[in-house]
Amino acid sequence: MNVEPSMRVEDKLYYNRYLVDVGHPHVKVRAHTTPSPQLLALLKVCPARCYELNDNGQVEITVDGCIECGTCRVIAEPTGDIQWSHPRGGYGVLFKFG
Amino acid sequence: MIEERFDAIVVGAGMAGNAAALTMARRGMKVLQLERGEYPGSKNVQGAILYADMMEKLIPEFREEAPLERHLVEQRFWIMDDRSHVGMHYRSDDFNEERPNRYTIIRAQFDKWFSSKVREAGATVLCETTVTELARDDRERVVGVRTDRRDGEIHADVVVLAEGVNGLLGTRAGLRARPTPDNVALAVKEMHFLPRETIEARFNLKGDEGVVIEAAGTISRGMTGMGFIYANKECISLGIGCLVADFQRTGQTPYGMLDHFKQHPSVAPLIAGSEVKEYSAHLIPEGGYKAIPQLHGEGWVVVGDAAQLNNAIHREGSNLAMTSGRIAAEAIVQVKSRREPMTATNLSLYKKMLDESFVIKDLKKYKDLPTLMHTHSQNFFLTYPQLISKAMQNFVRVDGTPKAEKEKATLKSFVKARSWTGLFGDACRFARAWR
Ligand SMILES: Cc1cc2nc3c(=O)[nH]c(=O)nc-3n(C[C@H](O)[C@H](O)[C@H](O)COP(=O)(O)OP(=O)(O)OC[C@H]3O[C@@H](n4cnc5c(N)ncnc54)[C@H](O)[C@@H]3O)c2cc1C
Ligand code: SF4
Repeated sequence: MNVEPSMRVEDKLYYNRYLVDVGHPHVKVRAHTTPSPQLLALLKVCPARCYELNDNGQVEITVDGCIECGTCRVIAEPTGDIQWSHPRGGYGVLFKFG
Repeated sequence: MIEERFDAIVVGAGMAGNAAALTMARRGMKVLQLERGEYPGSKNVQGAILYADMMEKLIPEFREEAPLERHLVEQRFWIMDDRSHVGMHYRSDDFNEERPNRYTIIRAQFDKWFSSKVREAGATVLCETTVTELARDDRERVVGVRTDRRDGEIHADVVVLAEGVNGLLGTRAGLRARPTPDNVALAVKEMHFLPRETIEARFNLKGDEGVVIEAAGTISRGMTGMGFIYANKECISLGIGCLVADFQRTGQTPYGMLDHFKQHPSVAPLIAGSEVKEYSAHLIPEGGYKAIPQLHGEGWVVVGDAAQLNNAIHREGSNLAMTSGRIAAEAIVQVKSRREPMTATNLSLYKKMLDESFVIKDLKKYKDLPTLMHTHSQNFFLTYPQLISKAMQNFVRVDGTPKAEKEKATLKSFVKARSWTGLFGDACRFARAWR
């Protein structure tokens, strides 16, 4: 029995409420030519699919849909591949249910 | 206003922070609590089951006031393979008691209410404020915090770090290590809305009775993980989580796993026709006793998930958070009432009191389980569930095969998959870790 067809994550994020802090991304990817294994892992493990490969094969992040779980921090901060902070107070995802 | 000095600053308005701030404010301390969310709960994700006993110790009358969903009368454990589940249900009318033992809750709503009690007790609660750094003096003692709101520092005798599993402050200040991929799980969760009557019919409930289902097996595809389905009044919380290290190793996606779980023939009928209103994700500390960091130091204590105080085996966390927050606060109040400084030595009272509580005793009991589950995840989360399901099917299907032959076949399938030594080893390892 099929309840609903699998949805794209991008569409799931529309359920959520966000206050995007335009121009202040709280997660940044270090400039690189070839992505490390840690950065490549983020393409799959980020539950909001914030990480993507660009045309040059580098990993990029768009933080707008970030649900602030911290998973990418746990994986890729120790290697210096990313910088992770909380969004400024009040910004970011705002769960209604949690 | 922030020029003034506080007796204590609490970072975070989750379960641990609220318990700590409430306890200290009620005892007359001047408390400042800082929360980065727009309102308390806006950043928090939980299943969620609330354990009444630990809540009652903080707010005895909470049942009359708090936003509670359903009191639990039934617990289901499911071992799943791709097409079936073998379940154990425990349902008892005893749980329809005057003061129920467990409730489902919705964290964002519950945290807002909990925070209103903290304010009532006299603490200053400041939301939309991210603490960026701990302030230290020239002897490295913690003397306050810096936030993204104002320039300068806010000072206090003691800082209670209740910043949750992903706590940046403590790790940035070098007070504890950053969580590692093998001691935190990533859980993804959705809220499925349905009419109340539909939920009650599907879960066999009346009134405010509730059910929770915990599920393990091939749904986590051989990774260390669990799924959960909790009935609320008008919605169902549904989610699944796995160790971050396992996600990293396998390249499985969390949302892929969630979709797979939702489409399982045992799960799909429960949520059919629902309207999803939220998709969230959060880490859960899973390292257990061995991952607990230093709990106190010069001018600081750490409580709740930030200190890895989470019992993954029993899926208890918020109650350990509340209890550690309350105990830390009680220790601080004692030090303060003796008019002594908040030194590491004096604050060791917190550790001593926590060691005496169920929090540390429970975590100690299971100290070897996290590693066992992790290193043998293929067996526990893939092979055994498949074997158990086949065995059950073999047991119940009537097809003219003599029973003795059926039993032989079942036994053979276990031995073939794991060998006698394997089976014996798994059983011993499990028993030893559980003891
Ligand atoms: C999917 C899931 C299901 C769960 N199910 C259950 C369950 O059924 N029962 C149960 O008992 N437990 C459960 N848990 C565990 C439980 O949620 C946690 O143990 C509990 O929330 C920990 O409380 P805490 O106060 O330590 O942290 P949190 O509740 O995470 O609170 C931390 C707070 O600190 C704030 N904060 C963090 N950093 C800063 C900063 N720098 N500045 C300002 N504010 C900051 C955050 O915004 C947040 O409000 C579950 C967890 C998850 C993820
Ligand atoms: S914090 Fe979580 S949701 Fe946000 S980018 Fe990192 S992995 Fe993705």
